[in-house]
Amino acid sequence: MKTKQFTVVDPLGIHARPASQLVAAATPFTSSIELQTEQRTANLKSILGVMGLALKQGSMFTLHVEGEDEEQAFTALTKLISETGLAQ
Amino acid sequence: MIQLKGIAASDGIAIAKAYCLVQPDLSFAKTTIQDIDAEQQRLVAALEKSAEELAAIQQLTHEKLGAEEAAIFGAHLLVVKDPELIGPIKQKIAEEAVNAEYALNEVSTMFVSLFEGMDNEYMSERAADIKDVSNRVLAHLLGVHIPNPSNINEQVIIVATDLTPSETAQLDRNFVLGFTTDIGGRTSHSAIMARSLEIPAVVGTGTAVESIQDGDLLIVDGLTGDVLVNPTEDMVATYRKKAEDFTAQQAEWATLLNEKTISKDGVQVELAANIGSPNDLEGVLRHGGEGIGLYRTEFLYMGRDNLPSEEEQFTAYKTVLEGMEGKAVVIRTLDIGGDKHLPYLPLQDEMNPFLGHRAIRLCLEYQDIFRTQLRALLRASNYGNLKIMFPMIATLQEFCDAKAILLEEKENLLAQGVAVSEIEIGIMVEIPSTAVMADIFAKEVDFFSIGTNDLIQYTMAADRMNEKVSYLYQPYNPAILRLIKMVIDAAHKEKKWAGMCGEMAGDEYAVPLLLGLGLDEFSMSATSILKTRSLIKHLSVADMRALATEALQLTTSDEILDRVKQVVH
Repeated sequence: MKTKQFTVVDPLGIHARPASQLVAAATPFTSSIELQTEQRTANLKSILGVMGLALKQGSMFTLHVEGEDEEQAFTALTKLISETGLAQ
Repeated sequence: MIQLKGIAASDGIAIAKAYCLVQPDLSFAKTTIQDIDAEQQRLVAALEKSAEELAAIQQLTHEKLGAEEAAIFGAHLLVVKDPELIGPIKQKIAEEAVNAEYALNEVSTMFVSLFEGMDNEYMSERAADIKDVSNRVLAHLLGVHIPNPSNINEQVIIVATDLTPSETAQLDRNFVLGFTTDIGGRTSHSAIMARSLEIPAVVGTGTAVESIQDGDLLIVDGLTGDVLVNPTEDMVATYRKKAEDFTAQQAEWATLLNEKTISKDGVQVELAANIGSPNDLEGVLRHGGEGIGLYRTEFLYMGRDNLPSEEEQFTAYKTVLEGMEGKAVVIRTLDIGGDKHLPYLPLQDEMNPFLGHRAIRLCLEYQDIFRTQLRALLRASNYGNLKIMFPMIATLQEFCDAKAILLEEKENLLAQGVAVSEIEIGIMVEIPSTAVMADIFAKEVDFFSIGTNDLIQYTMAADRMNEKVSYLYQPYNPAILRLIKMVIDAAHKEKKWAGMCGEMAGDEYAVPLLLGLGLDEFSMSATSILKTRSLIKHLSVADMRALATEALQLTTSDEILDRVKQVVH
């Protein structure tokens, strides 16, 4: 299991474009990939789940990756999250 | 003939037969099913068909409108493939032995209400996207056809309650000449799409669907918001003429799009646009704006429950500066108070808010707010040609105080190693005291921008919100023209420039006078720019100088207006 904590920096919070990119990137991996906030946990392979977290600028979340390809999935997703300017 | 009135959402006039785009009946009953596997298979098949359709629409939109407009269907595609949507529907079918339609509706309704309930406008609007996707899947389950406007093969005007993003994207520009809807406003999705497709549209008519039958002859006037159902032949002739004139005018304006603004006798001036948010940039570029003459930053602060952060402001300013690619961008610091209030910044009720604690007066007191904005502006200065303008300056002291704070923040940033570019610092001239003292101000400021709406109300002592005194709102009054002349002359004497960002700058009868008075920059709503460029092209500055000199000696507003009309037409 690999985890990392992020803070949303995008002024719009989590909106459709970065959310779509993350879901598209997460889907091919077999590992379980989740975003966890204080209140809820969402499947990162679900656009509705991710958008449903309604993360605003300044919100914190933790990325959890667990499974056979967790190394590759974790590297790819942490990179993408900062590249999209969504969170750091 | 019936006439409907709606909101003019996209310019132009369309005359064609009506095509009523009415959603199919998607009602269904809750039933108990026997074969759970078969029901789940039926769901999977409907999802797959929906995904195929969405991929096709995405492709079509990409070709017709571009990547940005197509992105929404990429998100729709992710929704039909979403495990958190499909899983619970399948589970419901299995656990409750219910039909797929019912299970789909239950689960999607849950998501719709989740999104609608979010206290964030962006997220609550996403509920419409979920409904759109869910209706598509439901139609496949029910075996009914979602109307497919991409099949239209004759010229029509679309009539609908509202147009969903997927419907609007399928409209073929060759056949769909315009549309009209019952609901929506200028910023609703359908209106935005109409403008990017450049087809005339009137939205929010309230009764288009019930008043219009398939095949009725329609006129949609996207300039005024009128919709005429089965008009008389005379009406059709009148509108055909209006449509031709509009097309001819558009063609002439289009040739001026990337041109400089030069008078008949070769004098160049600058036509800039007034904007309220980075979203307005697209319109500025589409209408040939040579710069931004007024960015009203107060909209960043309004319609929310807390102050915008420095970072948020920085992003907005940077977007505008980068978007204008080195052209001048005049950003006005916060102008709040008067008729504009912030829910999170309680101000005392005032007897005369327009003569009260507003704009720079407020900023000099609430310095935290002011300094945050100035820092965001200074940091953004590296991304384009920024000019900062202070509103409501009445005394030189106010300008010096505001400038000192700006320079202090600049020093702080430089000390922290943050780069800041050279920035022109100017003021709005909207208070008569400042116009009268323009020669003194001109030595200190880099530019003037005359705010005529307030300058007129303060000079005439007439509240512009009060209808009883609206007759005193006289842009052509010689008193106003004389003040404007003082400001322009004072600027030129010190080799500074003078602009105008009030409504007067785009007024076809004021422009000749302003040109004659020597105004350097005219800032107006983007849609007036090409019209004004065309007008100035036909005017000679030498002639207008004579006209202005004559006007300054006339007695009344009406006399001046009549004289301008005689000369210009």
